[in-house]
Amino acid sequence: MFLGLYNYWIAILLMMIGFYIVIAHGNLVKKLVGLTIFQTSVFIFYISVGVVERGSAPILAEGISDYSNPLPHVLILTAIVVGIATTALGLALVIRIKESYGCVEEDEIQKLDQLNEEKS
Amino acid sequence: MLAHLPILQVVVPLMAAPLCWFLNRSKLVWIFALLVCAATCTNSTLLLIEVMKSGTITYELGGWEAPWGIELRIDKLNAFLLLIISTIATVVMFAANTSIQKELSEDRHTLFYSLYLLSLTGMYGIVATGDAFNVFVFLEISSLSAYALIALGNDRRALWAAFQYLIMGTIGATFILIGIGMLYQMTGTLNMSDLAIRLVDVGHTRTVFVAFAFLIVGLCLKLALFPLHLWLPNAYAYAPSIVTAFLAATSTKVAVYLLIRFTFTVFGISFSFTTLPLQSILMVLGLVGVFVASVTAIYQQNVKHILAYSSIAQVGYMIIGYSINTSTGVMATLLHLFNHALMKSALFLALGAIMYRIGSVQLSQFQGLGRQMPLTMSAIVIGGLSLIGVPLSVGFISKWYLLIASVEAGMWSVAVLILLGSLLAIVYIWRIVEMAYFKPPLPGRETVKEAPWTFLAPIWALVIANIYFGIDTRLSVQVAQAASQSLFGINP
Repeated sequence: MFLGLYNYWIAILLMMIGFYIVIAHGNLVKKLVGLTIFQTSVFIFYISVGVVERGSAPILAEGISDYSNPLPHVLILTAIVVGIATTALGLALVIRIKESYGCVEEDEIQKLDQLNEEKS
Repeated sequence: MLAHLPILQVVVPLMAAPLCWFLNRSKLVWIFALLVCAATCTNSTLLLIEVMKSGTITYELGGWEAPWGIELRIDKLNAFLLLIISTIATVVMFAANTSIQKELSEDRHTLFYSLYLLSLTGMYGIVATGDAFNVFVFLEISSLSAYALIALGNDRRALWAAFQYLIMGTIGATFILIGIGMLYQMTGTLNMSDLAIRLVDVGHTRTVFVAFAFLIVGLCLKLALFPLHLWLPNAYAYAPSIVTAFLAATSTKVAVYLLIRFTFTVFGISFSFTTLPLQSILMVLGLVGVFVASVTAIYQQNVKHILAYSSIAQVGYMIIGYSINTSTGVMATLLHLFNHALMKSALFLALGAIMYRIGSVQLSQFQGLGRQMPLTMSAIVIGGLSLIGVPLSVGFISKWYLLIASVEAGMWSVAVLILLGSLLAIVYIWRIVEMAYFKPPLPGRETVKEAPWTFLAPIWALVIANIYFGIDTRLSVQVAQAASQSLFGINP
């Protein structure tokens, strides 16, 4: 049971690790790393769903009768593109935050915001 | 031409977004973007007329037959949503040129229009599509451009708000992706109407339960239901005024639509509301959301924050109507979608006008504005009255149907709580009115003038719509009723 579905367990494990990093770490870059791990786990999940036992790659060739379901692969290609866009945008925001706040730590940013509010 | 209306709705703004870069002058881009928005608005009007006349329209993308290909499916519900989004987008766009001249630096103008159109594309796509995975893709198109739009704000807190929204939004979207993946795993299809048929056989499995849970949590994050609303207040408060007016009136509405679509059409009423205690959970969260958000709104110093928290409260009302789970309840939700879009876009545009004149939306800076900007401030007052739900305004209509729905379902306590929640709205609106009308202008502010007509025209168009649809409810009530009846399978 456990070994037979090991890819799903790995997906769940990665998902939890990623999710934990997003919540627990205050560093914005680390948050993005966590977010990426979280998303990647979903990619693995999708690809696991498409596997057919003893199936080969879904190509048209002689001697291939069983092949894995290619649709999840295609879906996940799209999701990977979306993930890259999200990471790129997130990193761009981190650069801008670093430029205007001078730091990339969540608690320091919040402190600076509070100081600002008290002044105004 | 008429047969291609569904896809034109999505493709026209998508193609127009990169074209903005070829028109290098800010004013030209604005006129172009305004024309594009107006074109999609006409398009959605034609779609709604067509759907009301002859029923659901399906469109096969690239000629690939559903369920293999992606299908756009326009029924009464999403035709109504498309009309709301496109109208608001057009009206808000009208004021964009004046507002961003003041709030954004010159080199960002083209970028703003491109992103605005892309975000609009995403929303149209989410609403129009009949394919579950396609929903995720369009959701990310609209969200990614929304993060960038918010980050355009002048205040550095806009960056931080955009980053927080990015983290929360991505988690929400990934949850939705997991849910869709599990549905595909169990049924082997992504087409919504096909899913609805095949889910009946596997509806008792744990995988489908988990998929449902992931989808609901992801969507609730996107629609800012209490307690998943934390990204919303700062994102709305520090974004450029036009962006706030646009997003506040559209983006959470789209998520509410998806919630309705998934629970009613894909999973079916009996699964969503009988097998799981969704009704009681969402009802409680909706009610708590109304009260927590309204009370928090009372204590805010930034008027944009006040209205942002009020938005969360209004989402609470929509969720209450939805979780009453009767045809009238969903109808009240749809009406409130429409009405809240009208109120909030008017209010946030008026704040944009004030930002344009005095460069701040802090409550303390509102002193004396009632006399200096009478037209803008009276628009805020009327919008506020509508938010409270005073008779002869649209807010009254949706609250009224919400009350009828809860009384019909025998939920008297809910009806009382809805009324109490409306009383809280009086308090936070009154704070703005008091400051603007009963205090003398701040020193050095004696010469503040009324906002320019490019602001007043769209604001007052929305305010008049606020009153008009509060008196003549034929259009909104008829369409909302038809849409909710078709969800419940009642033939009028």
